[in-house]
Formats: sequence, C-alpha cells, structure tokens
Amino acid sequence: MSQADIQAADGDVAAVRAPRPLWTFGLLCSELVTTFRRWRTLALLGVLAAVPILVGIAVKIETSDGSSAGRGGGGEGPAFIAQITNNGLFLVFTALAATLPFFLPMSIGVVAGDAIAGEANAGTLRYLLVAPAGRTRLLLTKYATTMAFCLLATLVVAGSALIVGALLFPLGDLTTISGTQISFAEGLGRALLIALVVAASLTGIAALGLFVSTLTNSGIAAMATTVGLLITVQILDQIPQLHALQPYFFSHYWLSFADLMRDPVYWDDLVKNLGLQALYAVVFGSAAWARFTTKDITA
Amino acid sequence: MAPYESDGNTGAEEVEDLRSGRRKAARYVVPVAVVGVAAATIGLVPALADSGDPDLPKITAQQLIEKIAKSDVEQLSGTVKVTTDLGLPDLGGLENSLVSGATPSGDGSSADPTSKLTELAAGTHTLRVAADGPDRQKLSLIENAAEYSLIHNGKDVWGYDSKSNEVYHGTADEAGKQSEHEVPATPKDFADEVLKSVDDTTSVTVDGTAQVAGRDAYKLLVKPKQSGTTVGAISIAVDAKTGLPLKFTLTPSSGGAAVVDAGFTQVSFAKPAASTFDFTPPKGAKVTEDGHAEKTAPAPSGKPGEDFLKGDEGSKGFDGSKVIGEGWNAITTFDTGSKGGVPSGAAGGDLGGFLGSLGDQVSGKFGKGTVFSTRLINALITDDGKVYVGAVTKNALVDAANTGK
Repeated sequence: MSQADIQAADGDVAAVRAPRPLWTFGLLCSELVTTFRRWRTLALLGVLAAVPILVGIAVKIETSDGSSAGRGGGGEGPAFIAQITNNGLFLVFTALAATLPFFLPMSIGVVAGDAIAGEANAGTLRYLLVAPAGRTRLLLTKYATTMAFCLLATLVVAGSALIVGALLFPLGDLTTISGTQISFAEGLGRALLIALVVAASLTGIAALGLFVSTLTNSGIAAMATTVGLLITVQILDQIPQLHALQPYFFSHYWLSFADLMRDPVYWDDLVKNLGLQALYAVVFGSAAWARFTTKDITA
Repeated sequence: MAPYESDGNTGAEEVEDLRSGRRKAARYVVPVAVVGVAAATIGLVPALADSGDPDLPKITAQQLIEKIAKSDVEQLSGTVKVTTDLGLPDLGGLENSLVSGATPSGDGSSADPTSKLTELAAGTHTLRVAADGPDRQKLSLIENAAEYSLIHNGKDVWGYDSKSNEVYHGTADEAGKQSEHEVPATPKDFADEVLKSVDDTTSVTVDGTAQVAGRDAYKLLVKPKQSGTTVGAISIAVDAKTGLPLKFTLTPSSGGAAVVDAGFTQVSFAKPAASTFDFTPPKGAKVTEDGHAEKTAPAPSGKPGEDFLKGDEGSKGFDGSKVIGEGWNAITTFDTGSKGGVPSGAAGGDLGGFLGSLGDQVSGKFGKGTVFSTRLINALITDDGKVYVGAVTKNALVDAANTGK
C-alpha cells in the first residue's frame, strides 16, 4: 500500500464521505456509459443480434419446400427448432438456446474480465480509486455494470429473435412442450421470463470473470482466462465419468430455462440453476472483494 | 470509502505491515467460509430433512394389500422418478436403433407410444403424471428441453413429441387401453404387477414406515421364499391415507443398486386443471393416425419394460411357449425352430457374431448354448434353438434345460 493512497484517504474521509446514494448512482451511470459506448461492446451486441437472424433465415430457407426444420438430422439442433416454422415466437427460445452455451457467456467473459484488469492495463484504475468511491463500492459498481450487460445482451438476442420471428414466420397461440395451448400474450410473458432467467444464469460466470479480473493487470489475460474456463467447464460437463461433479458446474443447468415452457412449469432444475448461480456469485464475488481490497494498485 | 480501507494508520511500519497482512488474509476467509457453509448445507440438509420414519398405527400385510386394492385415487398429479438398471450393456445409439428396429411401429413416427416408452427400460427418467377419473390421464416424459406427452382424454389418445413436433393419434378403445398398460411407469403399475403374482411362494410383510414425497407411507416387503431367483426383494411404499403405492423398489438377489426404482418425488391429490388434458395438434405438426397398431401388436420381445415384470408369470403371446416351475422360479421356454442357436460368426453375419460375444457359452446334458444375462432376467438359447427365459440364476436355467431335455 503506497503512502499516497493513505494520504488521499486521510484527506478526503471526513470532508467528502457523507451518505450520498446519488453519488453511487453517478458512478454506476458513468460506468454504464463507458461500458456501453465502447465499440467492442457494440460489436459484441451486434454479433449476438446476428445469431437469431442467421437461424431464422436458415430455417426459412430449409423449410421453404414445405418440410419441417430439424427433421433431417433426426431432431438434432438447438431446442425448439422444429416449432419455429409454426410460431415465430419459438425463434426467441431457439436463439437463446443457441447462444447460451457459448456466445452469451463469451461476451460476458470479455466484459467481466476487462472490468478491473482493463482499467489497470490502461493505467486508469488508480485514478478511479483516487475518487472517494472506495474499492468495495467500485467493485460493486463494476459487478452491477457486468450484470446490466448480461441483461442487455440477453434482451438483444431475444428482441432480435422476436423481430426476425415476426417477420419471417406466423405468430399466434402456441403449444407448450407439454402439449397444452397458451395464448400469444402468455407466450410473450414466458419469453420475457425466460430472457430474465437466461440473464440470471450468467451471473455466475460474471462473478468468476470479475474475480479473474482482479488477479491480473492485463485485460486480455483476464478475458482469455475467463473464456478458457468457460470452455473447459463446458467440456468437463460432457464427460460422463465426472457426473458426480457436474451438478456443481455453473453451466450444468443453463438449458433448464426450457422448463419454463412446460405446463405446469417444472421448477426443480430452474431453482437449482438459480441457487447455483447465486452461490457462484457470492463465492467469487467475495473472493474478488478479498483480492481487490487488499491488493497493491500499481497501475 | 477510502481506497485504503484501514482504521489503523499510525504506529510502526513493521507492526502495521504485520497487521495489514493478517487482515488481508482474513478477507479470504469470507469466500472460503461461504464455500464451507454451502458444502455443509448440501451435505447436511438432506440428512436433516429426513426426519425419521413416521409413527403410524400397526397394520398387517393382508390389511395393507387390501388397502392397495381398495385404493380409489381418481385425481392426482405428481412427479415420478424412474431408475432402471438392468445391467444391459450400454450400447448408446446402437441400442436405440435396435429397440426401434425391434418395435414394429411401422411408420417410424417418433411420437408412437410403443417406441417412446421403451426408453424407460434403461437409465433415469423423470415423468409427470396427472389423472382425473378413468377417462382422463396424462403421462409426460421429461427430456432435455423437450417432452413427450401421452394424453388420454375421453376417446382420444394423443402422443406428442415436442422435440420432433410429431403427433400420434389413436382412439381409446383400441390403442388406449393398450398403451396405458403397455409399459409400467408409475409405482402403482409396478405394484399391481407384483401383487398379481403373490402366492404361497412369496412372503409378504410390513416393513415399518417411511416418508415418500412428503407423505407418510407403510412399506410392504415382498420376498421370494424360493432360492434360485434373481429377485432379491421388492419394497412398495403405500400411502397411509389413500392406499396408493408411492414408491416401488426391486433389488436383485446379487445385491447392489436397485434394478427398478420408481417413486413419486412429489404428489398432490387435488384435481388437475382441465386444460392439462386438452390437446390440439399444433400447426404444422406431423400427425400419425393409429391405423394398423392392432394388427402389428408388438411381440413381447419388443417390450423389455413388460418383459421383465411378466417374466415370473410366463410370457403369454408366444405360440408353443410353456412354463417350467412355479412362482418366482418360473422359466418360460419356447422353441424358435431355428437350429443352430445363436448364429455365430459366418452363419449369422456381423450381428450374430456380435450377439454371441455378449453372452456366455455354457454346456450341459442338453448340449451347448449361450446365456445372456442381465441383473434380473437371464436367457439361455441352446444350439438346437430352444430358449429358456426367467428371473432366475444362470444355474437354474441350465438345470431347467437339462431336465427339459
């Protein structure tokens, strides 16, 4: 801990630190603006928005001769793909199922990994800390920004899929995977709920990425580590011999969001998923806090 | 909060360093503690939740069986977990293609109940059941991001496979009854099959009480009196209030994990919503009408789910089959007519050689043959084309073949 830090702390403590929630809000706002105005973030969101467009066009072309999608491969492909031609709303679920294993967490890994390490890399972290925000609050702000990105990224995928689905395919009442019918309005409600669950499914890897980000001063290293961990866990999740460990992998219950399309909803795996994400968020969030509040800021 | 979160900023440098070093280490206690608490919760909560066996008035086995018979639960909904471990070799996709090849579904619709429910014969599956009277039932097989539903509503029987978006339609008088009872899936189905075969070769006792799906239940223990059978014991948990079997466990005499374990994980006796049983085929779904299902009624060999339960009663349906022995040691024998037994190598082509390699060669007074074993059912195919099948040990099969000669 440098002498300068201590002096900065001493000088400001009494005068500036009064409870001002607005200030926190200001910090969050500036973080959000900085994050979302980056070209990199916009490019990531653009890629995510492109996935449903590609899926939609591919299904449209494949089924233009009247056949049904996903038939050729014997039911292969992302979940719900067979239903898209009958109801465009299913494109939302298919797009989320297609992006959740890799595209979405990868973009979260980029944003979360860059959160602290990127600032350190660019030499701006110490200036952020000179402001009387404190490390804990800065970390919380960074995590909140990452979560906001999780939500926005998911909504971008869902929104793009909804628009493409509405343009290319008919809409209307839909059949749940349990075979019962629900109205289009309820279907939209469930789609929104599914988007929220998908966003919540990403909080685990967001916390993990933030923790990795506090370990290094290189933004690239943090992103690569986070995405590497993601891929490793996804591979381990496929190895049958590890079935005893698999329920504790953050990605294990990701596709449980499809259970919301059952009627009545099958909650078991959904609850397990949300609980697991909360556990990862708390463990790696507190580890990130322990690391970040005690580390020497050299950049 | 200041960048340097410290309340002690005076004192000698070394002391400060030491203290801050300790404080740094102390912060890492938080994530470690969270992991510890989580691990303890995961480990202990199931143990604590198991609040011991409920206190229920004493009851005799006879009364309990009558209770099951009188059980008139018409409305229920719940989740059933079925685990079957027959010890079949894990063939992965090959197994699937063999099963679907063996099942004469004819048109190959993936929504056909016969082809779909044979999947239950291996592995762990989660099912949801709902019933409202004799006319309306629903059975759903929960899959990864998909579901297979079998809906019986009035005179219609619908099978809907959401993965391939295919629909199967039959009518209740022909296909309905058949598919309802084709493959036992709920604990009640299993229990009925077992209680049918209770006779003087069987000991039936009440084995205390248990909690199943949050309900108090009596445990009925069914044990074969004879030796030589592969069935070790069958335990049925019966709901104390309604008499509905809630859990069915069949353990083999060789020990180890249960061969069949089917139990409610959640059950409710409230009337299910009427919309549960409504089904209209979704737009664009491929609908297969059940036209020739009766003609091509599947042979018992195509239904492992039924086979292993009917094994002790003797499979009906094969012409010229006869049953040797009685009770649990019953062995069904029939003549395939094809001399040469299991075609080996050159004779039967690749598949024959492959099948032969799965079995064990045995010989005795009857000649030579091949034994195929699972953890419950063993089958002996002799070289002169006779087949002996039963829930008995390998030696019992050989003895039967010897005496039958």
